[in-house]
Amino acid sequence: MRLIASLAFAAALMTTAAHAQTTNVKVGVLTDMSSLYADDTGPGSVAAAKMAVADFNPAAHNMKVDIIVADHQNKPDIGSSIARQWFDTQNVDAIVDVPNSAVALAVSDVAREKNKALLVSGAAISDLTGPKCSPNTVHWTYDTWMLAHATAGALVKNGGDSWFFLTSDYAFGHALERDATAVVLANGGKVLGSVAHPLNNQDFSSFLLQAQQSKAKIIGLANAGGDTINSIKQGAEFGITAGGQHFAALLFYIGDVEALGLKVAQGLVLTETFYWDMNDATRAWTKRWQVERPGKYPNMNQAGVYAATLHYLKAVAALKSAADGKAVVDEMKKMPTDDPLFGKGIIRADGRKIHPAYLFQVKSPAESKYPGDDYILKATIPADQAFRPMKDDNCPLVTN
Amino acid sequence: MFEIFGVPSYALFGQLLLGLINGSFYALLSLGLAVIFGMLNIINFTHGAQYMMGAFVAYMLLQYLGINYWAALVIVPILVGATGIIIERLFLARLQKLDPLYGLLLTFGLALIIEGVFRNYYGSSGKPYDIPDALQGGHNLGFMFLPNYRAWVIVFSLAVCLVTWFAIERTRLGSYLRAATENPTLVRAFGIDVPRLVTLTYGFGVGLAALAGVMAAPIYNVSPQMGSDIIIVVFAVVVIGGMGSIMGAILTGFTLGIVEGFTKVFFPEASNTVIFVIMVIVLLIRPAGLFGRGI
Repeated sequence: MRLIASLAFAAALMTTAAHAQTTNVKVGVLTDMSSLYADDTGPGSVAAAKMAVADFNPAAHNMKVDIIVADHQNKPDIGSSIARQWFDTQNVDAIVDVPNSAVALAVSDVAREKNKALLVSGAAISDLTGPKCSPNTVHWTYDTWMLAHATAGALVKNGGDSWFFLTSDYAFGHALERDATAVVLANGGKVLGSVAHPLNNQDFSSFLLQAQQSKAKIIGLANAGGDTINSIKQGAEFGITAGGQHFAALLFYIGDVEALGLKVAQGLVLTETFYWDMNDATRAWTKRWQVERPGKYPNMNQAGVYAATLHYLKAVAALKSAADGKAVVDEMKKMPTDDPLFGKGIIRADGRKIHPAYLFQVKSPAESKYPGDDYILKATIPADQAFRPMKDDNCPLVTN
Repeated sequence: MFEIFGVPSYALFGQLLLGLINGSFYALLSLGLAVIFGMLNIINFTHGAQYMMGAFVAYMLLQYLGINYWAALVIVPILVGATGIIIERLFLARLQKLDPLYGLLLTFGLALIIEGVFRNYYGSSGKPYDIPDALQGGHNLGFMFLPNYRAWVIVFSLAVCLVTWFAIERTRLGSYLRAATENPTLVRAFGIDVPRLVTLTYGFGVGLAALAGVMAAPIYNVSPQMGSDIIIVVFAVVVIGGMGSIMGAILTGFTLGIVEGFTKVFFPEASNTVIFVIMVIVLLIRPAGLFGRGI
């Protein structure tokens, strides 16, 4: 009898011990909730992160995962102070999304200093896996090098060999212009000029007139969100396309297509790494996502938040701890990635996630059969060619 | 063709014209602000949100009711102006005897709420709105391609500005209004309903903001933050022109549009700050603004 009692006691102790081992993980979605990138990331990214947690099923891995959200207002100082506060007082283990390259660069420094994980989806600047690479950062969805090579490369090869850039005057715009210029020159094209405009500009007519007078065949838009929409909307008005010049929207999302309407946006060439209508898995995922975001279509940023969060949680489950950010990121690099949105892939030593990129063209109103039927797939850039080779990174993690 | 600082003259003519077009938006928006401040002493921070509402209501009329641009030009200012009247009756009328700072805080708060509500329902990336068929296309002027719609914007807003100026400065109704601002008690003694006059004036100023919104819808992205992008510049225009001066607001609006246009050619990075540099200089030299009546 006494034996049974002590066995029961021991069993009870073991269950408590097992309970004590529950790994608590807190993921912070740091994004733009209220300004020009809010539709391209924002609440849609939060919904995606929550879906990743649900699909991961924390209870089955003896984990408890919390998601918290903050708005960085596109200001690097606000972004880094939220990150600092999250890491210091809120026990946040990883930050995801971080659209706006200037904010992402600032937060990357904080994550490295505090040894936490940073999973970038919404920011574009390729320096995150280049000179500014960090052992704590994974850059998931896309970057300026990829956009420049896929979109600009395709256009130059099809005869668009003279360029004029409209560039958003901050880290992202300049990085995108730099990377696209390199591609244009490398393919035998030339750049006739460029103009840097302030972020959140409303009237682009002056800049468009300068672009028109340059007689460049392609007007490269090294900007994003509302700035790109306004450039194209006003470009149509000023007869840019009617005059034989073409826009290259170097960063363009499906939400931007919806905001412009197919009538104005048709024929634009763009690159994304995810399209909601790609296959059954992406369509099923989109249907679930739309419960939170009715009437909208997810883009690659939001898909990237889902996939990056899911892979991060798998790595934490393997290590049974999220405390050491660098160790988790190392584990993420060791494990091959596999999710319904990007398929199978890897994360390189420099933190770059590798998957294929897709060159799309926006459909005309006649070609579009149902709401959200916006893209025609023009080309697939295979995973091993889509991103910058590591030898050209200048990333200290790789060279040392 | 001759050159100025390395920029060919035809490029400058183009920029001059574009500056005038942008200036007409500044003029129209600052006109409403100047009317509201000059007559009511309210610093209307909701003005940008009301401009955005103008564009959105035009979008909604087209989307849900099939009402076109031309009808929207008439209907939208009335609808949005009516919301202005409600705001004046419910809130602003109660703040009349207090420091203008209270009105500023209230209207700023309202602007944030309105913008937030629209963002919640329509998202941040905006909605499409086409240029009306009659104004599609444009003309080649030799030095630039002028879209018909822009030509319409400049002519129409100039007309609206001049009519408003005339109504306030040269008509009997305008003189009642100005007298009511100077000495409400005395004007009431003559049997004029001053509170109603004040309410209608606020509604009119708001209607002007909404009208600018409808005119902006076909060329600018119709998004919830379109008002906050432009309102700070418009406030600078009003301050430079002299708070409350109607003609000052109109002239400064057009002038600063041109200055900004040229900045976009010679030093584009500074195009969103040049107006504030001018504001600082004007405030140092003439604190009441270029056309202000003194403090």
